Amino acid sequence: LRFLPAGDLAVCVELGEAISVEVNTRVRALEFLIQQKGLTGVVETVPAYSSLLVYYDPRAVGYEPLCAAIGELVPQATTAVLPPPRIVELPCCYDDPELGFDLAAAAQRLGLSADELARLHAGAEYLVYFIGFTPGLPYMTGMPGRINIPRLDTPRTKTPPGSVGIGGIQCCVYSVESPGGFWILGRTPVPLYDPSAAEPTLLRPGDRVRFRRIDRGEFDTIGAAVAARSYRPVIS
Amino acid sequence: VIRILDAGPQTTVQDLGRTGQMRYGIPPSGPVDRFAFVLANRLVGNPDTAAALECTLMGPRFETTAAGAIAVTGADMPITVNGQEAAGWATIAVKPGDVVKLGPARTGVRAYIGFGGGLDVPLVLGSRSTYLRGRVGGLEGRALKKGDELGVLTSGPVRPRRVARSAIPDYTGEPTVRAILGPQDDRFTDEGLRALFGGRYEVLPQSDRMGSRLRGPRIEHARGHDIISDGIALGSIQVPGDGQPIVLLVDRQSTGGYTKVATICSSDIWRVGQARPGQSIRLRRIDVDEAHRLLRESDAALEAAVREEIA
Repeated sequence: LRFLPAGDLAVCVELGEAISVEVNTRVRALEFLIQQKGLTGVVETVPAYSSLLVYYDPRAVGYEPLCAAIGELVPQATTAVLPPPRIVELPCCYDDPELGFDLAAAAQRLGLSADELARLHAGAEYLVYFIGFTPGLPYMTGMPGRINIPRLDTPRTKTPPGSVGIGGIQCCVYSVESPGGFWILGRTPVPLYDPSAAEPTLLRPGDRVRFRRIDRGEFDTIGAAVAARSYRPVIS
Repeated sequence: VIRILDAGPQTTVQDLGRTGQMRYGIPPSGPVDRFAFVLANRLVGNPDTAAALECTLMGPRFETTAAGAIAVTGADMPITVNGQEAAGWATIAVKPGDVVKLGPARTGVRAYIGFGGGLDVPLVLGSRSTYLRGRVGGLEGRALKKGDELGVLTSGPVRPRRVARSAIPDYTGEPTVRAILGPQDDRFTDEGLRALFGGRYEVLPQSDRMGSRLRGPRIEHARGHDIISDGIALGSIQVPGDGQPIVLLVDRQSTGGYTKVATICSSDIWRVGQARPGQSIRLRRIDVDEAHRLLRESDAALEAAVREEIA
């Protein structure tokens, strides 16, 4: 456990130095406890893989007392304190080269057929470690080891929103058009970030994501429902 | 209502920013120069949280349709009302049909225009601030353009005030900004840290509300420039593989995977945002306690800055 100053308005609470479900669960549990206890002076919190950035108001709490108060919560920060996770279903169309434009190349690199790669990817359940980089973008793992693949040698400058990508052990869904180094296997018609919605971001840290394989026809149907504001994401 | 006749290169509605959305990847936004922003509001009798305009390098030209008070602070942009010069850092009374214009900045980058009552745009996630990349807040999530109309909330009569001359910041020269080591200072060599706190760093034109890109002596890594992604604080000095620093500002990404050598303290961060491309900054190392003392001083300076106008 390390407390690292991140300027005079934030402290980085480092609970580990690896990407692991165990460490990240403690990060999210610590965040939950800090929010629940309403620690004096805490303004907001940002979980990441293995650390929690705690923003505070130094007019309300000093650095040392804040670190001490957080430190007292760390031993209780276990999976037991977290509410049960939400399961969010994301329909994903793999079977159209216009949408999953790296599927064939990634499959070849992995020595699989495109269909097998899509099936393996869609068959797993993913943990949202945290949201970052762009609004609503989930950092996830959960893929079978068989489809771990190094990131693209040359990142592309533009990735369409909704693109579902893999790189290393990670999976992500691009929330807005942005640069990216992941292999794009498919696309979801469900927006992860909708600036015109009352709640613009769909996913939260700790969510579980399941991809449901859909064909191009259903992709277009859901896309039309999203545009008409009549689509409701499947969350349980 | 104010009617925008010319918008200027990047004029946005900002309030003090959004809170609690960084865990969803949405940055706080708000003014790059909080000190000048707060004074623009106080000069027109507003609470600090009211929405005002942030103008970049050059201001807008706009028409007012109602009597009221405005005030301009921050970058030194020549102000005229119906062609007549008006003073910055002071309350300006306007009447219906007045045309206000802010010219190109002579010093600094960002000017603020406060409006008595505050600008009336919808609250989005608890804030009126514009986040341009995310297309939320302010007026339709974008910078102003010619023909826009912005509502102004009503206010009571505003007593004319001005900012004491001694409290008006100087945006010229080579400011020294103070920074706290970390969170990843252990990923840099002693040589790299000496460069950071000894060298001059020039502000590059690619700077924006997300971050200021700087160029100067290489800040050398001891081992690798990538980390497991973590949260990024205001003023974080991120150093990618080329050893050149990027100072992250109000529209920053909430998390990132590059090492962050140090963090510029909150009472100095506006100096970075007001340094023009080509201007240089220097850094001085302080600890957290000293930064908190500086913040209290900055709060006290804000309290003392505004004086009643002497008739």
